[in-house]
Amino acid sequence: MNWFKYSSPQTFFPLAGKLAPWFGALALVACAAGLYIGFFRAPTDAQQGEAYRIIFIHVPAAWMSMFLYLVLAFWAGLGLVFNTRLSGMMASAIAPTGALFTFVALWTGSLWGKPTWGTWWVWDARLTSELILLFLYFGFMALQAAIDDPRRADKAGAVLALVGVVNIPIIYFSVKWWNTLHQGASVSLTKAPTMAATMLTGMVVMAFGFWFYSIAAALMRSRCIMLERERASEWVVEYAEGPA
Amino acid sequence: MNWGSWSEFFAMGGYAFYVWGSYLVTLGLVIAEIVLLALRKRSALARLRLHGTAAQGDR
Repeated sequence: MNWFKYSSPQTFFPLAGKLAPWFGALALVACAAGLYIGFFRAPTDAQQGEAYRIIFIHVPAAWMSMFLYLVLAFWAGLGLVFNTRLSGMMASAIAPTGALFTFVALWTGSLWGKPTWGTWWVWDARLTSELILLFLYFGFMALQAAIDDPRRADKAGAVLALVGVVNIPIIYFSVKWWNTLHQGASVSLTKAPTMAATMLTGMVVMAFGFWFYSIAAALMRSRCIMLERERASEWVVEYAEGPA
Repeated sequence: MNWGSWSEFFAMGGYAFYVWGSYLVTLGLVIAEIVLLALRKRSALARLRLHGTAAQGDR
């Protein structure tokens, strides 16, 4: 299979249009299953009671916020090196969804912190670095919006995105490097998870749901960006005038 | 099954505000994103249809 075939907007546009509904459907199924496990199968937590059920969106959203940033930076870097049009479009297509999940992680964390820690917010390393991630997403979007020429906007955004990558390991390891109010990782690659199996299953299934949703949203947004940026090309004009 | 009744389910052991506050805001944001994406596509297409025919003249 020739992957470069899909590296131009003209060939990627219909592919994205075909794939997006499938990923949307997968997201719906995974989230429905994850919520069922999370609310009806996972037991009540011995220490936190029902408040812990926030975990089924908080942790997957936090994972997605970091993962999407890495994917964004990957596309941005690829665009910077190979100067391909599609790369910059993909990076821009991911940013708002990444910002959404970063905000969700902070919002749900705050609503979880109040009943368990007794405070909505503390300036500890984990919370502060996650807030910086939100500002990185906003900064990336604002910078791109401020530059009229899309190719120059992509380059400037890419530099910002790549510099910001340094924040990702800081978020991830913050609970180890500093003494934080935020608890350490319950799930890691090196140790067995320190939680009930059904709780873990619910969390992982929700993470897949969020992941599929992010792909669907990014594909849909990339199509909008192509219609906006490539408005002078013939295939876009034909698409707009043809039976939609 | 964790819940004796629906009202028990909605009460979330006294943490209803925190749990549902998390879930409803997340759901709202996701719906908002989908609506905004649909509107963005529609306006991009509308602009193309408006200028598309005009642009063909100078090509």
